[in-house]
Amino acid sequence: MFEVIFLQFLNGLDKGAAYALIALGLTLVFGTLGVVNFAHGALFMLGAFCAVTVRMFLTMETVTIDPEKLSPWGAPLEVREPLVQAWLGDFGAVLVNYSVPLSILITIPIMLLVGIGLERGIIKHFYKRTHAEQILVTFGLAIVAQEVIKSVFGPNPIPQPMPTDLRGAADIGAWLGMQANVITYPVWRLIYFLFAGVVIGGVFAFLQFTTFGMVVRAGMADRETVGLLGINIDRRFTIMFGLAAVVAGMAGVMYTPLLPPNYHLGMDFLVLSFVVVVVGGMGSLPGAVAAGFLLGILQSFASMNQVKAIFPGIDQIIIYLVAVIILLVRPRGLMGRRGVMEA
Amino acid sequence: MTTFMSRNDLFLFLGFTIVVLAMPIWLAPFGAGYPDLLQRFMIFGIFAVGFNILFGLTGYLSFGHAAFFGVGSYAAVWSFKLLTLDAIPAMIFAVLISGLFALIIGFLCLRRSGIYFSILTLAFAQMSYNLAYSVLTPITNGETGLQLTLADPRVLDAAVGQTFVGQPVPTLLGQQLGGYAGFYFCAGFLILAFFIAQRIAGSPFGMMLKAIKSNQTRMQFTGFNTRPYALSAFVISGMYAGLAGALLAVTDPLAGAERMQWTASGEVVLMTILGGVGTLVGPVIGAWIIKYFENILSALNDNILARFWSFLPEGVADVVVKITSKFVGDGWHLTLGLAFVIVVIFLPGGIMEGVRRIAAAFRRSGSSSAKPSARTQPAE
Repeated sequence: MFEVIFLQFLNGLDKGAAYALIALGLTLVFGTLGVVNFAHGALFMLGAFCAVTVRMFLTMETVTIDPEKLSPWGAPLEVREPLVQAWLGDFGAVLVNYSVPLSILITIPIMLLVGIGLERGIIKHFYKRTHAEQILVTFGLAIVAQEVIKSVFGPNPIPQPMPTDLRGAADIGAWLGMQANVITYPVWRLIYFLFAGVVIGGVFAFLQFTTFGMVVRAGMADRETVGLLGINIDRRFTIMFGLAAVVAGMAGVMYTPLLPPNYHLGMDFLVLSFVVVVVGGMGSLPGAVAAGFLLGILQSFASMNQVKAIFPGIDQIIIYLVAVIILLVRPRGLMGRRGVMEA
Repeated sequence: MTTFMSRNDLFLFLGFTIVVLAMPIWLAPFGAGYPDLLQRFMIFGIFAVGFNILFGLTGYLSFGHAAFFGVGSYAAVWSFKLLTLDAIPAMIFAVLISGLFALIIGFLCLRRSGIYFSILTLAFAQMSYNLAYSVLTPITNGETGLQLTLADPRVLDAAVGQTFVGQPVPTLLGQQLGGYAGFYFCAGFLILAFFIAQRIAGSPFGMMLKAIKSNQTRMQFTGFNTRPYALSAFVISGMYAGLAGALLAVTDPLAGAERMQWTASGEVVLMTILGGVGTLVGPVIGAWIIKYFENILSALNDNILARFWSFLPEGVADVVVKITSKFVGDGWHLTLGLAFVIVVIFLPGGIMEGVRRIAAAFRRSGSSSAKPSARTQPAE
């Protein structure tokens, strides 16, 4: 029984990690700019499609028809020559193999630009407007992003293979000194979890230990006073929006081997991550992370057959149910500050 | 009865009625004068009018209204299956059920306001959607959708000895509701819905709702308990959604869970905003425009575009066709999203505000003495 529960716990971690990363970005934006960003799921999706694009470029190939040889069907044999391998040899093959993690290097600058462009171009005009209008404009932007991706990449999911070395399962049970082959866990999910841990730790360290982060935290607490001290807080907040976009984008890139990305990936995750933010408490970064993992794990437990036998359909609604209860009983969420958005 | 309606209201109502009833005539030149599309105009018009009673008057932005729409559809189809194929009991049944559903959800959601309210409604709608797809399959028939079959019991029809041959279709007092009959049936309900919305907006109750929107706290300080008013608005708008859902089931008796998905809730938000939130006619116009362009633009393809742009020189035409084809057909949602973003940014009052601005511009150029309206903001 312990093994089963531990396994479900592990299963919840990778989804929880994705929720936590998206919710972290959402909370960063809400805490600094006070904007409710419905386009954040779209940023996650854009990151995923950065990985798709990188792989597309890496796997470009030349096709030559060899008239000498015939394929098993009798047609002239098509010789496919991947360009990267032709130019770089074995190193090219490694590049293709590791295309997903490598995409992060390209995703970071792209998402930073997208985020800053979005904030400077559109969202900055909405600081003074109501939350409802912020929701509406970012919802519209999310639709636009989703449709652009759909018209470029088509409506079908595009699977992204994970690097061959990182396939298969890790025998976590054996590592922990338990019976072998009872608790096994896919390596890539483990990597995703560790990656999320590093990113979350990085964001917190950045906010906690750098001067820039200190100013941003001060601005979150009292924007006007920081402005009066002669600090250009707006610019820092813009950069924070870019950072949130980068976090969402990286989360999207690394998630592609687990879930083939398609154009409505963003919308699918958006609703859930909003729920996560609310459960954690609007504006609370630790709350967002904790709630992300908590809900991921809860969802994993709810999909156990033993649980489903007692509460049929619970796996479908558990997250929303938790959100409804939290909102009705404790509206500031698990770790929200007293008085912040406590209406 | 002289003060029953102000003259302006009466003209607006009569004008609206005439425009709606004459739709098959004046929409024919635009390629939209066929009953299938007209029925949809009516149905989504009702949906948007009802949504506006909540969002436009009280300012509560619900992202879960499609749930009530879906519940209305399911209730109506069940009425067709169990009771009778007549549309009237189905409508009553659907409105009551969705009203009850809205009462429960509204009671819980209205404990919070602002973004929390939006997320609560969203959560409830997603729960309904997910349940409709999974454990509630005996009621909703899951992915296939709930449909009419010959083997349905139809207790009332059986009692009067009515039998059917072939695929059962909803009727009204024995008349089939296909084509224009279906359109006028829906149009009658749209006019009724519009009338009620107009009465609500002009009533003391409507004033209360508007006061909730402008300053709920102040209302409470003056001793009003605002929640019953907001809840009534929520239930009324849920019943409107249920009515629209039932009408959709009448014209097309197949209820599927995708009608409840949150993107469907988003669509009615788009309609209301695009047309003009808080106005009476705006949401209806928004619904018509979205449904019209959905129909027209999604039917366009590269060949039609190539013919349309054929006056351009060869190379240019190809490029233009390539670009415009991204915005029509399957890509029409891109156009919708862009239009929506532009409206929210530049014209928060929607099309109605645009009309008002243009009218004001004409008036100003007509009488040069008109001075720019000096608006003063109250100090908060």
